[in-house]
Amino acid sequence: MLLLLAPALAVVGLLLVLPLGWLAWQSIYQDGFTPEHYLRILQEDIYWNTFRLTFSISASVTVLAALLGFPVAYAAARLPPRWATVVLALVVIPFWTSVLVRAYAWLVLLQRRGVINQVLMDLGIVDEPLALVHNATGTIIGTVHVLLPFMVLPLYAVMRKIPGDLLNAAASLGARPGYVFARVFLPLSAPGLLAGAMLVFVLCLGFYITPELLGGGRTIMVSMLVQRNVELYHRWGAASAVGLTLLFVVFAIFWIVDRVLPLERVYGAR
Amino acid sequence: MPASGRWGKVAFALLVGAILLFLIAPVVIVVPMSFSDTRFMSFPPERWSLRWYRAYLESAAWMDATRVSLSVAFLTTLVATPVGVAAAYAINASTLRAVRAFQLVLLAPLMVPIIIVAAGIFFVYAKIGLITTIAGLVLAHVMLALPYVLVATLAGLRSFDMTQEMVARSLGMNRMRSFLAVTLPQIRPSVVTGALFAFIASLDETVVALFISGGDNQTLTKRMFTALRDEIDPTIAAISSLLIATSFLLVLLTGSAGRRAR
Repeated sequence: MLLLLAPALAVVGLLLVLPLGWLAWQSIYQDGFTPEHYLRILQEDIYWNTFRLTFSISASVTVLAALLGFPVAYAAARLPPRWATVVLALVVIPFWTSVLVRAYAWLVLLQRRGVINQVLMDLGIVDEPLALVHNATGTIIGTVHVLLPFMVLPLYAVMRKIPGDLLNAAASLGARPGYVFARVFLPLSAPGLLAGAMLVFVLCLGFYITPELLGGGRTIMVSMLVQRNVELYHRWGAASAVGLTLLFVVFAIFWIVDRVLPLERVYGAR
Repeated sequence: MPASGRWGKVAFALLVGAILLFLIAPVVIVVPMSFSDTRFMSFPPERWSLRWYRAYLESAAWMDATRVSLSVAFLTTLVATPVGVAAAYAINASTLRAVRAFQLVLLAPLMVPIIIVAAGIFFVYAKIGLITTIAGLVLAHVMLALPYVLVATLAGLRSFDMTQEMVARSLGMNRMRSFLAVTLPQIRPSVVTGALFAFIASLDETVVALFISGGDNQTLTKRMFTALRDEIDPTIAAISSLLIATSFLLVLLTGSAGRRAR
């Protein structure tokens, strides 16, 4: 029976575990063991600022995704099935569209003479076209767009199972709608919110394509630091240390969240 | 969120509508743009033409990249599907505790940030000379596609009654034949779904391809990425529309495969 597992384990072993081990080795060994590649992250401003920027962008993206995702998931969970299907389809279709295609669309929409600036100027909201792309704003807009489904889907899965009777019971006991929402609905949907937030945050930490294309080369995230160290500067030790630090952070977050809330309960429960 | 009163409901509906517009607009807007007649990307286009589709079809570079991407995706599916199905079968049938740990290892490609995977594979391939080869790309994509085949097939196996296979074996079939004759036909929709996911995962994969594909073996995604970084070439709009159409088609296919599964 284990023989059947062997090919799959060999593939993952040779193409995932071995390369990660290689990174680990390269990050501490360069003509002898050295901690310099890790120390560099703490000492050099470029490295430290990149990590800080990546965390703050990921935090903004997570908050925005929660704010935008909650109403959509709520609507999908409370609407009659036919309308819920429409809402979910509109969430899933972009999910299935290549990230490159969406980066292209945002480049066109957000550029100086793009549709969005045109509309804002026609409405007289702004006089000058806004710089919406090739900066952190572009990165955040594009990334929220890509990651929003990862917030909506776990939220929806949890909200759908909140019994309507519970809300009616609270209302019949005299709670106003706002109170029912804050004291009954919101706490019950918290596991979905936590799961979605974790997914969005972790995926954003390692995100590459969208920030590279919409950030205009000035908003450097951790992933771009890895790429530049490999392809531009050939500083493989530095690239390895940065990559492993990122990996460590990601796994630490998975581990902590899994302690608070067994993720299988959110994803496994259908 | 609690929509109290009619105005509250209207306001909430408008809010949800605006968010859904934000989600869908970038996908929808690409298609009319691809039929534009001008180099300058404006929306809506002033005159319609098939110019950018012709530019795509007549460009040897884009055609080569498309051929590379399609053959890599096809080979990836061909390898990842049997490997993933075999692993799923073993995990489903085994009661060993270690097997659960293996399952976690096989799902790891989904959890490790792709940029780290790409850098690691690049270093290993650089040592053994697999950079810019089709074989190297296919191997990497098989690893990335495995979790999808595994998850889809496991879902199928979990709802399948294994005693049927036992009956076939008690009647004298060996394990392989009983699997092929009894089990596989019944879990086929899940296997097909897994294979389609593997195909899409490979076709869509960009970051690993950026690091390890090149020369004559550039993937479509790598060429698109480079084109997007350097200048906005309207040919991308035509390619994007074709990709959107492809993913729609595949979603419909998986949808119908999933429905037959039930």
